[in-house]
Amino acid sequence: MSHVYEVSHFLAGLMLVCSFALLYQDRLLAVLRIFAAQAIILSLAVSWEAWTQGRPHLFITAALALVLKGIVIPIILQRFILQLGIHRDIEKVVGVVLTMLIGLGLAAMSQMLIIGATTGAPAQAREGLAIALAIILIGLLMMITRRNAFTQIIGFMSIENGLILAATGARGMPLVVEISVAFSVLIALFVFAVFVFRIRERFDTVDVEALERVRGDQP
Amino acid sequence: MSDALLSFIGQGCQMLLVLLVAPAVTGLTRLVKARLMRRKGPPLLQVYSDLIKLVRKEAVVADSASWLFRVAPYLIFALTWVAASLVPTFATGLLFSWTGDVIVIIALLGSARFFLALAGMDVGTSFGGIGSSREMMIATLAEPAMLLVVLNMALAAGTTQLPEVAKYFIAAPLAIRVSLALALVALVIVALAENARIPVDNPATHLELTMVHEAMVLEYSGRHLAMIEAASQLKLVLYISLIASLFLPFGIMPVTAGPLAWATAGLAWLAKLAGAAIILGVWELSIAKMRVFRVSEFLGGAFIFAFLAILLSFLTQEVLR
Repeated sequence: MSHVYEVSHFLAGLMLVCSFALLYQDRLLAVLRIFAAQAIILSLAVSWEAWTQGRPHLFITAALALVLKGIVIPIILQRFILQLGIHRDIEKVVGVVLTMLIGLGLAAMSQMLIIGATTGAPAQAREGLAIALAIILIGLLMMITRRNAFTQIIGFMSIENGLILAATGARGMPLVVEISVAFSVLIALFVFAVFVFRIRERFDTVDVEALERVRGDQP
Repeated sequence: MSDALLSFIGQGCQMLLVLLVAPAVTGLTRLVKARLMRRKGPPLLQVYSDLIKLVRKEAVVADSASWLFRVAPYLIFALTWVAASLVPTFATGLLFSWTGDVIVIIALLGSARFFLALAGMDVGTSFGGIGSSREMMIATLAEPAMLLVVLNMALAAGTTQLPEVAKYFIAAPLAIRVSLALALVALVIVALAENARIPVDNPATHLELTMVHEAMVLEYSGRHLAMIEAASQLKLVLYISLIASLFLPFGIMPVTAGPLAWATAGLAWLAKLAGAAIILGVWELSIAKMRVFRVSEFLGGAFIFAFLAILLSFLTQEVLR
């Protein structure tokens, strides 16, 4: 087992653990911290790839992940949460046990899928892809199961973490695309934030369940 | 001396040693906790004197108790002792090591728990019943996680024989393995739950609403209580040795190395036990006990960690093949 592989396996594994922690955690600020930790681990993983594979442009990706998702976005979201005064809220997560089991199933499924689909590819790329797919699916699961608008945003952002991890492993994504993805996520954050504030203004909560009431099909 | 004789003597030494050391480990944890609370605390030997006092005292048995109530303490003690003799402490290749693997250890501990729960319900008091029901709830959550951790180690080492697993990890080159780290976290959580430690149960109180282990043994006195106390002390040593032999196996010698090597290995084992007892004391003081209904989430976390550990080690195996 090579040294290079071990470290990248370790970092990717930690990111997967962070994903599960996101799925489990019900305190808003703690969710935010875990997300920041995941982004920081992502930037470490990307820099490790850049260092060991001699692809210096990946350092830019790592720096983007660190600065935008590890520092800027969590700080902005934290300020929003404090402004809205919901930092002490504990979200009612429905069926944690079932959600976690589905998450485990998704992780196992993405592994089987990637292992089957990528025979012959280098070990690091296969491993990165398998874990990245798991992180993406768990992010989607988090967006489905959560009812709080903020945790849904964080689920979306963690999907993007998985995408970057997949892209660095697969030696594919050009730098331009990466930078534009990073900035579109930042822009998405502001769009989300505007919507969250609007929802809050109108319904006095950030629970998206409240939106169900304005659907036309219900009396 | 022939190897067979050495392994026989080594096995005997281990069985005696775990018995002798077990109360001291519990005592050390209590001492650390007391000192951190700025109390003087009982001396290390207090636990031994307590046991001796209990053995000498008259055993009071409730009128409604059946024969099971009298037999259970000895069964629990014997099962735990046999399980403790199968875990590698200072030497590998002992006499018993080929008669039982880690699945047997889990089964022995499971049977001990079964008898303890039965004994808790036997007298018919409501405390015993609630203790047994909680114990079984914790057990159903802890056992799958424990089995997954063990299977993870077995996958890595290619065997479920604990001494062989320890040997494998001593020989394996030092490497960063995230799956082992996750398995360690899971096993520590399981060990805390199985030994009725904070945050799952508080070994120091007799507060009705929080008791699990103490509620089951509430009716016991005299030599029966001594047996049960000794068994739970043995169980703590067993779990510490198990964790140490899987994740910190340095110092464990093959039994054929001779008594001099045993002595150094034994010292290393005692140092590990003492370190674990101190860490346990500090840990118990630094966090609060959980509500009983949150224990399922805590132990569910152990299950998730163990499952992720297996997934990741499986991934590594497949990818590197």
